[in-house]
Formats: sequence, structure tokens, C-alpha cells
Amino acid sequence: MTAPARTPVPAVRMTGIVKRFGAVLANRDAGIEVAQGEIHALVGENGAGKSTLMKILSGMQPADAGRVEVGGRDVTGWTTAQAIAAGVGMVHQHFMLVPTLTVAENVVLGREPVSVGTFDRARAVRDVEELSKQSGLVVHPERLVADLSVGEAQRVEILKTLYRGARILLLDEPTAVLSPPEVAELWGVLRRVRVAGTTIVLITHKLDEVMNVTERITVMRHGETVARMATSETTPEGIARAMVGRDVRLGGGAPASAGAAAAKPAGEGLAVHNLMVRGARVEKAVNDISFSIAPGEILGIAGVEGNGQTELLEAMAGLRPVTAGSIAIGGRDVTGASVRARGDAGLSHIPEDRHNRGLILEYSVADNLILGLQHRYVKGASLDRAAIEANAAKQIAEFDIRPANPSLAVRALSGGNQQKVVIARELSRDFAALIAAQPTRGVDVGAIEFIHDALRRARDAGKAILLVSAELREVLDLSDRVAVMYGGRLVVTLPRSGANEDVLGPYMTGARREVA
Amino acid sequence: MRRTAFAESVLPPIVALGIILVAGDLLILAYGEAPGAVWRTLAEGTWGNAYGIGQVLYKATTLTCTGLAVAIGLRAGLFNIGAESQLAAGGFGAALVGMALPASTPWIFAVAGCVAAAAIAGAGAGAVPGVLRAKFGAHEVIVTIMMNFIVLALLNYIVAARLHVPETLHTPTIQAGALPRLSSAFAAFHGSAANWSLLIVLAIVAGAWWYLFRTRAGFELRAVGLQPGAAEYGGVDLPRTLVRALTVSGALAGLGGINFVLGYKGYYEDGFAGGAGFLGIAVALVGRNHPVGVLVAALFFATLSQGGLAINAMVPKQMVEVLQGVVILAVAASVPEVRRTVRQAAGRRIGKTDPTPPGNAGAATTPGSVG
Amino acid sequence: MRRILILLGVLLAAHVALSLAHPGGAVAKPGADGVNVGIVFDLGGRGDKSFNDGAYDGAERAERELGAHVRFVEPGEGSDREAGLRLLAAEGMNLVIGVGFIFTDDLTQLAGEYPNVAFAGVDYAVAVDPAGNAIQPPKNLAALKFREEQGSFLVGALAALVGNSRKVGFIGGMDSPLIHKFEAGYAAGVKAVCPDCQVIAQYAGVTPEAFRNPGRGKELALSQYQQGVNVIYHASGSTGLGVFEAARTMNKLAIGVDADQYNEAPGYVLTSMVKRVDNAVFDVIARVKEHRFTGGIYEFGLAEDGVGYVYDEHNKAMIPDSVRARIEQLKAEIIAGRIKVPSAR
Repeated sequence: MTAPARTPVPAVRMTGIVKRFGAVLANRDAGIEVAQGEIHALVGENGAGKSTLMKILSGMQPADAGRVEVGGRDVTGWTTAQAIAAGVGMVHQHFMLVPTLTVAENVVLGREPVSVGTFDRARAVRDVEELSKQSGLVVHPERLVADLSVGEAQRVEILKTLYRGARILLLDEPTAVLSPPEVAELWGVLRRVRVAGTTIVLITHKLDEVMNVTERITVMRHGETVARMATSETTPEGIARAMVGRDVRLGGGAPASAGAAAAKPAGEGLAVHNLMVRGARVEKAVNDISFSIAPGEILGIAGVEGNGQTELLEAMAGLRPVTAGSIAIGGRDVTGASVRARGDAGLSHIPEDRHNRGLILEYSVADNLILGLQHRYVKGASLDRAAIEANAAKQIAEFDIRPANPSLAVRALSGGNQQKVVIARELSRDFAALIAAQPTRGVDVGAIEFIHDALRRARDAGKAILLVSAELREVLDLSDRVAVMYGGRLVVTLPRSGANEDVLGPYMTGARREVA
Repeated sequence: MRRTAFAESVLPPIVALGIILVAGDLLILAYGEAPGAVWRTLAEGTWGNAYGIGQVLYKATTLTCTGLAVAIGLRAGLFNIGAESQLAAGGFGAALVGMALPASTPWIFAVAGCVAAAAIAGAGAGAVPGVLRAKFGAHEVIVTIMMNFIVLALLNYIVAARLHVPETLHTPTIQAGALPRLSSAFAAFHGSAANWSLLIVLAIVAGAWWYLFRTRAGFELRAVGLQPGAAEYGGVDLPRTLVRALTVSGALAGLGGINFVLGYKGYYEDGFAGGAGFLGIAVALVGRNHPVGVLVAALFFATLSQGGLAINAMVPKQMVEVLQGVVILAVAASVPEVRRTVRQAAGRRIGKTDPTPPGNAGAATTPGSVG
Repeated sequence: MRRILILLGVLLAAHVALSLAHPGGAVAKPGADGVNVGIVFDLGGRGDKSFNDGAYDGAERAERELGAHVRFVEPGEGSDREAGLRLLAAEGMNLVIGVGFIFTDDLTQLAGEYPNVAFAGVDYAVAVDPAGNAIQPPKNLAALKFREEQGSFLVGALAALVGNSRKVGFIGGMDSPLIHKFEAGYAAGVKAVCPDCQVIAQYAGVTPEAFRNPGRGKELALSQYQQGVNVIYHASGSTGLGVFEAARTMNKLAIGVDADQYNEAPGYVLTSMVKRVDNAVFDVIARVKEHRFTGGIYEFGLAEDGVGYVYDEHNKAMIPDSVRARIEQLKAEIIAGRIKVPSAR
């Protein structure tokens, strides 16, 4: 609290906010104070109440109790229209753009410049160009939004908000979908916008971002504001401690266990050869990929999402047909095998989308812990409930799934504990090879540590592991070898020792490629 | 947690009942009758004496089967609108076997044969849309509706052209497989159509519960209905499960046919289904796709139906039909689960479609998250 | 949660208040004096402006002229037919009438169970023994039969004479022997006056639903009119409402059935083949009232004024006197037995 406010009147002050959704208390005595013209981080684990607090600020939801002030004015209970008029703009995680309109049209949508009663397209383009130059958000105003990359689409979102005259910009997890160079660019833009007098609140759970660009930090836990600090006076460990409420070991530990590497058994754990896979929209979503992972090795695939990772993973798991090429587990060809046959052949799979694939949210923890193994829990004509319960008790204890109630619907668990259910199931089955996709996505800091340890243990136990993650840090922390996927190809494969963010960045954006 | 469970499971039906009562009051008043007297007559004509109870039980027996049929379909994410024709097919199958077997067939075999025939005939009518769905992605709602026309027209043709007793719309009486009426054991039920097929149907309810919640097939069927993507991930064969779900659904609807054919009239009569298949949709929704809920909902709708007859001299039967609609609306509006079911059945298509969500459908979309 | 409880309280309070209301015109229990009659309609139900309404009219007339108390029941599904009859029989009605051949089995059974109640079945299907002889219904059950083919014959002749086209139309409800009887008589009537005329006959469907489908009726009628038909005779319950709608749209003529359906489309209804269900119902009520009811088969043909065609001030203008004379002549010949009208295709 030592950071001095630059002006006596803060840009935003929220105090004693309470918000209830049914039985869930999303905010209780939450608050935030943001000074004029600063970049402020709002951090907390998933479900800590960050988004709710910002939705209240932007007028999307009313608070049940508490006070909201903007620029010293009491605006408690205002509407989105009032918030926009007062210059509060929110950039959502999910873009709200019309893909069939141009950049300029999207930006001015709802506030179209008009001359003689008709839409003045030329002026819209001029305005957007001007704004684009001022803010450093470079996008060609006449391109179709459908043709933009994710990073560009996000720039359009920010432009749109600025065009509406936002003086207070709320950004919800803006880097979730960006490649490292795009992230760097975004920071540049935010700093420029800030210089022009705009206040920025950054909702995030990535601590390196917080350390990099923000000046002050508000930490939330379980719906409550638990800490406010100046970035310069704290460390990532300090922030993590505040978020989780206990000490957390951050980052790698030993990058690749030297011992394991030395004792690496020979042979093929998991391999694909010249794999071609058709995507929903792209003919060659996976374009001639080959790799081989030895038992006791982790191959990490980095890359911006949407470059064929999903198709690769689904093809390997048996969820998507292969156009050409082969897949082998422990030297055994499984290219045409069913999901179940692959599982029986020793494949374990942590899917990238646990809500649509990995879990049946209405099912109990116990039932989810046997999903994919239900054929092994049959007694006579019915399911062996006793064995299912016994398995659940064991996994819950071993993987510290909370609450420790096997009959609770998985929907009621936090994101981290949901992922623990998936991890528990996939790591406790009898397997030789593991596909781990986005294993820590949407998982809080404490659980990340746990999951990373579990993956390392599996590796040390001689499993061949394919790790695919959008988090470059994670890939670097866990992998023995690192590959980058771009445009359906593995554009580079490096030993861990030769990989770092600077080396990999250009490959991730497609700026560099070499035949892998 | 407990408060929520109470508010979600017990209160909505009570509120729905309250809405029905008030809506009924207003309708009765609009018709110039006294609500108190009409409700009293309704109660007396249904649960007020053994005959009324018997009639309610008879109607509930068929509705339970069609309700279960729709419920099993919805559990798998499939909307079976074909229960009406599956019911008719089941009744016809039972009648055919009952007519073909010699009168000397031992009773237990005759009944088993007729019941099996009902299930098989219904299953056949249900399997067709299942296969079309699994193989070609044909929408089961459309196919089951078309099957209603085809099956009912076919049965009508067979009965009218080949099998009917002159000047009637029904087949000859079955020689074997008839189930005695309740009145044969309890004289008080005299005249009511209730018969021992209701015991068979109670066993079917228990069986449906066991199938859904205790077998691997049920585990996989519900998984497909809730999250087809996750079921596929879990090694479930989607096409096969879809076919199986609609086949089982058809068999359940077909089993409803034994109530009329084996237990009541002893013959198949054209049009005997009389909307019980369609009402099964309402029964399943109100019963929240749970076998026990379906049983309770079937009793409720049967009470409304029989009660409507009892008060028919006072108010037109359309009042009861309006009330049925009110029940469905009230329940649909008040039970989140039903809303979800309806949305799923209407919106989520599985099978031949590409299950990949576009772009970044990751953790960012955590449904329950409020962070 | 609290809001739900408040809603519940409001609902209950409203219900209690409304339940206490007792408007003036509420139905009284049937009286002990006079004759008490119960009528169960067919599934098509009251308001078909045709067959069931004919029974209703007869009963109403009996209420007016004979002081009868009549209660009506509309079944909701198949098993309600028996339940409705039983409800009325158990309430001590003197006479219970089932409207429609589908009541045959239920009436036969209940007549056995309630020997002191008189039963009557409109269109009751008389069973035949293997030798082809009619099996008489029970002693307390009257089978009310109509010779629809005779009435249909007359309107067929009328359609051919007035229609001014070589094509005449027929639209049936459910494709079944009962309706084939109408078609057969109608076609015979057409041929009697116009041997080379063509009868276009279509049915709305093959299930009982075909009697309750005005949309289908309209569709069929429009296509027939477009083929050059000028007059369509329908025997299709409320499906016929669609036929009238089509006649109005196309400015053509239709012939009603069972009851006088002139009011469905004034100016477009040439006539109606009336099946005097009202007369039959009134007649059987009168017999019970006058203690001269006996079971058996009652046939209502042209001679008994049980079927006929409408000729009154509404449609006089559409039917030239010469045509009228010809029809009356045909009627006399049928009554005299010189013309045998077929009752099957």
C-alpha cells in the first residue's frame, strides 16, 4: 500500500462488493482501487471472483451489496450503457466481432459516423486509421475480420473499446490466445495507451505478465480481496502465496531429470509416421508429421493454438480418422484401432478440453474416475459399484481431490480439482504412453505444481509422454525435447537445452521454419 | 447444498401443481361452474373409489411405458416422437402371437411370448430411426414422426384389409396370453380395465432403472446423452449406442401395448394408442427422465385423464387438455433439468457431425466458473 | 427460494378463494322424475357439426319436447368409451347411447352387466354368424342403423345433374368399409343419371385421424376442383370443414353429410346428405319414455326418413325444379324397391 496514488481521486474504487449466484458467493467483501493512468493487475485463481468483480464494474451485473465509484462519482448499480458512456470498456476473453464485416465496420459498430443520413464508410476508415496510429494497434481497417489472426482480432477488440471513448480499459485474460511476439506487442500497445492517459485493469493469472507490465496488484481469493501490493515491492512467489494462501514452488525445478535421461530405456514408446489428418475446415490440418518418443521421455509441442494440435491429438487418441500415415504404441500399430482398443494397448490421454471430452460433468467423481475403463468394472450384467467406489476412494486420497466426496457431481468441483480427476484416472490406469494436452489449462497455481510433479513421475517411471501446451513455459519446464507446431507441421524440434522463448518465438509465428 | 436440492427437486412440482389448480379454477369459473364442486367430482371419480383407482392405474400403465420410452431416448440425447406408433406396433405384435398360439399353450409361455412380441415389434419400429441416425445422420425427430405415419398406416391396412372382424376396426380375439383383470382377484375393481399387466410394467420400471443406472450400457447411454464428446473419448461406440437407445426406447413403448391387448380387450384395435405415445413425451419431461419420476408423472396424467371424464358433464374435456398443457409449461419453466433436456434434444446433434469446437474452447469457457 | 415460497403462498390463497366461488348457473344433478339419458360421443367429439352434433340435436329436442334429462360425455381416448358408458349406467340412467360403431363391443358387454338399463348404439355394428345371418343384439340394446347409401345415391344424382361437368368428386374420411358405403351409393347415383360421368374419389387417410383433418380435406378438395370437378360430396367428419373452405375459395359447390351443413359455407353448399341421427336418437328416447323400448335392429332408410337430402329455402335457387322432380322420382323408386342401391364398392 505504499505506492502513492498519482491523483487524489482514484479512477476506480470498489468497496465491500458482495455478489451471490444461487448458493455460490462469487464476491464477498471484494474491492479494488485503481489510480488514474496506471496498469493494474487483478489476479487470483480460477473462480476467485475476478471476472465477476469486473462485470459489476462494467455494468453487466449488479452487485448485491457494496459501492462502486468511478472518478470519484458513485455509480453503484449502473448499466452497461452508462458504463460505456462514462468511458469504462471491457475487452472480453471471447471476441465479440462480426466476422463478415471489415475491421473498420466492426470498430464503429453501434456508433457509426453518419453523413446525410447514411453510413459514412470513408470517414469510418479514416477514424480507425487515425486511432490505430495513435494507439499503435496496427490493423488494416478494410480487412475482413474473418481473415484476421487471433492477435489481430484482439487488437480490433481493443480498438473498438477505445473508439467508444474508453478511459478505463478492462482486459480479461488477454494473452490466453497469443504467441509470445504478439504478447510483447500487446504490452507495447498498452504502455502507449496508458501514456495517453488511459487506465488499464488487467485480469490474469499469469504471474510473469503481472511482473512485466503492471504497477500495482490486487489479489483475490475465494471471492475476497486478500492483498493489494506494488509490483516493484513483491515477487512472483509473494503473489502466488497471496493467491493460494500457502507457499508454492513456481516453475521448473529440475528441467529434465538428468538421471532419467541417462537411464532411458531403448525402444519406441509412442510414434507417428507421416501422419496426415483432415480438419473441420482445413484439408491438411496435420500435414505429414512424424516423431517418436522413447519410454521415459517427454516430447513437448509448443505452438499457438489452431495450428493442428487438436487434430493431431484427436487422431492419436482415435477420435478422428487419419488420412494417411500410421500411429504406433510400443511398436504396435494402432492406426485404425478404436478408442477402447488404444486404451487397452497402453495409451492414456489427458484431453485438451476436459469439459467436452475429459469429464462428464453431471456424473459423480467416482463415475468419472472410470470413464473409458467402464468395461473393466463389470460384474455379471451390471457395473461393479463396489470396485468403482474402492477405486474412487483410492484415487481421491492419492491425488488429493477435494472435496473428498466420490458421489459429488464433477460439475461442483473447482477447475483444478476437475483436472485432478482426469489426471488421476489417466495416470493410474495401466499405460505405456501418455498424451497430455493442455494439462494445466484453467487450473490454479497450486494444482499446476501438483500436476507437473505427477507428469514428471510418470516420465521417470518409463512412460513415453507427448505434451502439447499453449503455455510455452510449461513446455520448457517439463520437456526433454521441444518441438513447435505451425500450420499443421512440426517446424522445428530441439533438445531442451537448445530451446528458450527467444529461439522458439519466431517458429511459433511462422516467421521461421526448418524441416523438422 | 441441501436447501438447493430441496428447492430444485421438491418445490417445482408443488408450484406446478399450484399453477394447475389456479388455472383450473379460472377455466372452471369461465365455464360457469363451481371449482370446488368440480375438483371434488374429479377426486371422487379417480381416487375416490376402487373403480376410479382401477381406471387411473390402467391409464397409467400404458403411459408409464411410453414415458419410459421417451425418457430413455432423452437420456441418450435423442427425442423419440415415435412412441405412438411403437406402442401400436407392440400391441399388434402381442395380438398376432396371441392369435397364433393355440389356446392350449401353457399360460406362462403364452404371456411371455406375447410380451416378448410386443417388445420386439416396438424395438423394430424404434431401431429403424436409430439405424438411419447412426448410419446417415438422419434426424431422429423427423424419422420417428415419419415412422408414425408409416407404421400406423401399415397396421391400419393390415387390420382393415386382412385381419379385422367385419364391421369393426379390430382383430379377432387372442386365444392365448390374456392377462386377467384386477377384478378377478379384487371384486371391488369390477368394470375397470386395470389388469395384471401393471405388475409387468412395474417390473419394467425397475428394469429400466437398473439398466440406466446400474449397467455399463446405461452408463454409456447416459454419457452419450450428456456429453457425446466425452463419451467418445471414453471409448463409447456412439453409433451403436444411438441405435441401442432407440431400440430399447421402442421396445419400452411397444411393451405398453400389452396393457390394452393382453389385459383389456383381448384384441388389437386400430387407433388404440389414442395419443398415449405423444402424452409419453409430457410424462417423461414431468418425470424428469427418471423411471420413478415417470411412474409418478404417469399416475398424475392418468388421474387428469380419468378425472376429465368424471367431470365431463360439468366442463368440456378440452379443459383437461388445456391443463395438461399448463402442467408441461409449468414444469418446463420451473425445472432447470427439463430446460436443459429440451435444449439438448433440440440443439445438440451428435453422430455424424464434427465434434470439434471451433478455435479456443479451452478452460476459458469453464461453465460453472464465476472467477 | 423465498420467492418460490411466496409464489406458492399466493397460488394457494388464490386457489382457496376461487374454490369457494359458486356461480349461479352451475349444473344440477339429474332429476329423479322424467327420463334420464346419457350419451357418449365418439372420439371425434362434439362440435363436428355433423354426426355427433346430430345426436346432440336429437337429445336436445328430447329435452325440450319430452322433458328428458340428458348428460353428455366426451371420451379422451379409446378406453374412455367403455368408462363413459359405465359411468352413466352406474349413475342410474334410464337410457345410455353410444354414438358410433366403435361402441359396439362395449355396448354389448355393458348391456349384459346392466340388464335394467336401456342401451342404444348409433351405427351399432351387427355381427353375423358363420351362415351370414345377423346376430340379434341383447334385449335391452337397440342397434340404430342407417342406409347411407340410399341418401348418397340421391345426392350423387343431384351432383351429376347440377354440376355441369363430366367429373364429380367424393372425399371420404378414413378409408374403410363404412365410408365405402357412402361412396358406392354416391357413384351409383351419379351413373344413374349420367352413365359416362367420372367419379373422382379420394380419402383423407387410413386412420381415424382422417376424420379430424380439415387441412387435408381442403388440400384434396382444391386439387379436385382444379381437375374440373364442380361438386364434391364429403363423408369425412370435421375433415369436411376443409372441403367447404375450398369450395368457398374456388367458388364451387360442396355437399355436406350427416347433418345440414349449409351454414358452414352459405351459398356453396348444394345440399347435405342428412343422416337423421337426431330423429333416431329422439325416437329411441321417446320409446324409453313411453315404456315401449325393445332391443333389436332399427334400420333408418329413405322410407323411414332416416336419411335424405336437404331441400329448403337456402338451396332452392341452386336446384332447378326439373332436377328436383327427377330426384324425387329416384327416391320413390328406391323406396318402392325398383332401384337397388349398392352398399359396397
